[in-house]
Amino acid sequence: MIRILLINLLRFIALVFLQVFLLKNLSLYDLSTPYPYILFILLLPFQTPNIILFILAFGLGITIDAFYDTPGLHAASCVLLAFVRIFFISITVQKDGFDNEPDPTLGAMGFRWFFMYVLILTLIHHFFLFNLEVFRLSEIQYTLLRFVLSSAFTVFLMLISGLLFFRRKER
Amino acid sequence: MRNLLIFISKYNAFFLFVIFEIISLVIMVNYNSFQKATYIESSNEITGAAYDKVGQVRGYLSLGTVNDSLARENARLRNLLKSSFYLDTLQKKNIVDSIYKQQYSYIVAKVINNSVNHRNNYITINRGSKDGIAKDMGVICGSGVVGIVVNTTDHLANIRSVLHKDTRISAMLADTKDIGNFLWSDNLDPHSGLLVDVANNVKPRMGEWVVTSNLSSLYPAGIPIGRVSSLQSKEGGIFLNMDIKMAVDYSKLEYVYVINNRMALEQTQVETGRKKDD
Repeated sequence: MIRILLINLLRFIALVFLQVFLLKNLSLYDLSTPYPYILFILLLPFQTPNIILFILAFGLGITIDAFYDTPGLHAASCVLLAFVRIFFISITVQKDGFDNEPDPTLGAMGFRWFFMYVLILTLIHHFFLFNLEVFRLSEIQYTLLRFVLSSAFTVFLMLISGLLFFRRKER
Repeated sequence: MRNLLIFISKYNAFFLFVIFEIISLVIMVNYNSFQKATYIESSNEITGAAYDKVGQVRGYLSLGTVNDSLARENARLRNLLKSSFYLDTLQKKNIVDSIYKQQYSYIVAKVINNSVNHRNNYITINRGSKDGIAKDMGVICGSGVVGIVVNTTDHLANIRSVLHKDTRISAMLADTKDIGNFLWSDNLDPHSGLLVDVANNVKPRMGEWVVTSNLSSLYPAGIPIGRVSSLQSKEGGIFLNMDIKMAVDYSKLEYVYVINNRMALEQTQVETGRKKDD
């Protein structure tokens, strides 16, 4: 239990640090800006209670907002992400079958599941984030272009980090 | 009642989602519409201190370019000094000049946080209300317009960069003095902007300077914004729009000047008074 808390705390700090001081300054051709900090919410253990999940998602979003000067924007996107995560997990994962509850990581769940999980959740988060940020229908083509390219970049970074911390676990 | 509780606990994810989403959106709408002082921004104590520390490290990496730009600006200012002109009359007289009254004063500040790749970009600087900075002051740097102060704490201030979707600066063509409005273009290119609402009979030149106009209470007239890079001719439009190549490289901002316009209050007072009369 302590170990899980410690790992997640470290992950929170590391991801916020990475996002705010490194990736904030990064953009490809002014179009693709990655937001891999959402990996923190994606990697929370399956048995996290819903209320804790939402509080953590909101807290993470507000922390990022404080550094990005966009109060509420990332918080709203992260809360939506948490909701979609609960929904996605409830239809794709049977919780009863496990001996020891695994984490939603690449090693425990296999590449196919992890890829779909990351892809769908990132797409929803980024779509909401970019449209809420711009909030203008007249710029929709640029918003959609940025949404697609940024999602690709984010998914790419998250898969790399999944492979980097790859540890095979038996289900 | 019991059934209601069972219903809520069964779909608790949805209700929690609605509650937190509403909280987030309320925070967001409040901040955007009234520019209220909230603590969730990069000029509060914790994030401000963090950015300050990282900014100190980053400052060392760009000392070379900053020195160059400061030297260039010094040279330009030195050219304006009285001592750099050759006096070609022998008669000398000292005159106490009472024609001029200082209207603009400048406060120098260091950029500790900056971004260029979002739709709405903000800059944090290491001077605040204790140094005389207040909301709605204009900000420039050595090579052009930077933004407007939106929020201050004691030692830090938050600037809305020109690279923002709500940017609207009163601008003019430097040669012909034709007035327009400057916007940031929606393709998120930090090197280009738009000059819109220019009268249709104007014939702008390629590469002509676009500078701040004398209508704004934020900036002195003649602060450069950029150069005309291409003309967009919309068929049958009343107004002329053109692309601007920005004068400032916003990704490399290091030092900025906050402008204190001592007559800004008077100007806004007299202008709101006129609106009441209408």
